[in-house]
Formats: sequence, structure tokens, C-alpha cells
Amino acid sequence: MSTATENVATHDTEHDHPTDARYIRVAIILGVVTALEVATYFFNIPGAVLIPALLAMMVFKFFYVAAWFMHLRFDSPMFTKFFVTGLVLATAVYCITLTVFEFWTKG
Amino acid sequence: MAEATAVDHGHGTGTGLSNNKLLMWVFLGSECMLFGGLISTYLIYRSRFAEGPAPGDIFDIPFTSVSSFVLLMSSLTMVLALSALQRGDIRNNRVWLLATALLGSLFIGGQVYEFTTFVREGLGYTTSPFSSAFFTLTGFHGVHVSLGIVMLVSLLISSFRGTLTRERSETVEIVGLYWHFVDVVWIFIFTVIYLVPSPTS
Repeated sequence: MSTATENVATHDTEHDHPTDARYIRVAIILGVVTALEVATYFFNIPGAVLIPALLAMMVFKFFYVAAWFMHLRFDSPMFTKFFVTGLVLATAVYCITLTVFEFWTKG
Repeated sequence: MAEATAVDHGHGTGTGLSNNKLLMWVFLGSECMLFGGLISTYLIYRSRFAEGPAPGDIFDIPFTSVSSFVLLMSSLTMVLALSALQRGDIRNNRVWLLATALLGSLFIGGQVYEFTTFVREGLGYTTSPFSSAFFTLTGFHGVHVSLGIVMLVSLLISSFRGTLTRERSETVEIVGLYWHFVDVVWIFIFTVIYLVPSPTS
């Protein structure tokens, strides 16, 4: 029992946080992806390509911020579990809600 | 005893994790449910704009893109504030906290301008189900950003009073978690509400 606790504690204390330069590189990548997202607005891209591309870029940015700026990449996996539980629960519940309201077929 | 409390990041807890940080993550998990509900409601009602303006007619994508970029960059300044405090660099910690609060205020200013413009163009809170869902969702997000600014200003006041030291960097980390969450929610809102093509009248 104590070993398990120590393992978690060790994981939490041994953050190897990135340097400021690394954070700036992360921000530049996020800025570039945002620019790509916005660029799609100015081109006539078919919905079948546009929507999956926008959603992919959104998911990338979401998890990139969570991993680097919120330190989930370095912190205890316990924090990730709590956050992902809420995220998965919300996604499942509201996908069901949207299905009930026929959002996918009637928009 | 007081000193021990100040430097303790909760590693003496049953889980070996800081209770404060764990509580913030649980809170953020529950916030996913709140914003999930508001976003779903918007998606269900976005085509119901009655006689009022439709979302595709009224959104100003270039303007909102700039606001989104401002909020994204505030996440960078927030993490730089934490990094500075963890190094014991109090001066830069204050500079980055102030920069984060200013960028957050700029975002809120942009949202107030956007709301004002929409109202002038005939999109009030009760104009249509679409407008109610839109203002509720983006308004709730704006309130979250505003609360974050209050937290940042509180941290700055603590810093100038000399109580925000390297040993208490976890306080900045927890406020930072909240701030980054507000940013990731906007990443979601910006794509789903603004960038995905909306109905037009």
C-alpha cells in the first residue's frame, strides 16, 4: 500500500518541466494550427473535407494545450484520469442527446 | 508549522498527490459536463433563428480569430508566469501574470464589442432559440474568463504583498490549470460554433 502511494508521490514530484523556449515553441505550433483553421474560412472547401479537418485540428490543439501547458504530460496519470473521465462522460452524454434531437440527420 | 504548510504541496496526503490540485482537476472534469451541455444546446438550436439574423449571416470570423489568438497566447504567458515563479524569479512572474490578465481583458473587451454589435444588428438574447443558446454559451465562457482575471489580479496582489513565493508556486499552477481550461474550451467553441459552416437565412 505504502509502495503504491510512494510510486504516485514520486511520479508527482519528479516533474521534468520544459524550458521557456520549449513553451514558446509549443505556442508557435498552436498559432500555426490556428492560422490553418482560420485559413479554411477563406477557401471554398467541401464540407466533407472541411469539417473533419477542422475537428482534427481542434482535437490536436485541445490535447496539445492539456499535455504541455496543463502539464498532463509530466504530472501524475491520476490527474489525466479525472479529466478524461469528465471529458468522455460529457462527450458520450451529449452525443446521445444530439442523437435524440436528430441533430446528425436534420442539423 | 505555518512554514511546513506553505512548502507542502500535499505529498503527505493519502494519494500522494496535492489535494488542491486533485480538486481542481475534478472540478475541471465536471466543467466538461457544463460546457458540453451548453455546446449541445447551441448545436440543437443553431438552425432555429426564426425571423432574426442567422449565425452564418452575423458571425465575424476574422475578428473572432484575433480574439482566439489573444486567448491562446494568454496560455503561453500563464505558463511562463508559473515557470518564472518555480525558478524563484518574482519579477518575471509578475510581468507574465500581468500580461495574462491584460490578454484576458482584451479577449473580454472583444466579446463585449461582439455582443454589442450583434444587439445593434437585431440579435438580442430573446430574439430566437439560436440567439439565447449562443449568448448563454459564450456568456458563460466570458464569465469564466472574467473570474480567471480576478484570480490573476489576486495573485498579483499577493505577489506585491510578498506572500507569493517560490514555495507557494502550486497556487499559480492551480490558477493556471483553470486558465488553460478556459482556453481549451474556447478552442472547442471557436471551431464548432464559428468555423464549422453555420446556417444562413
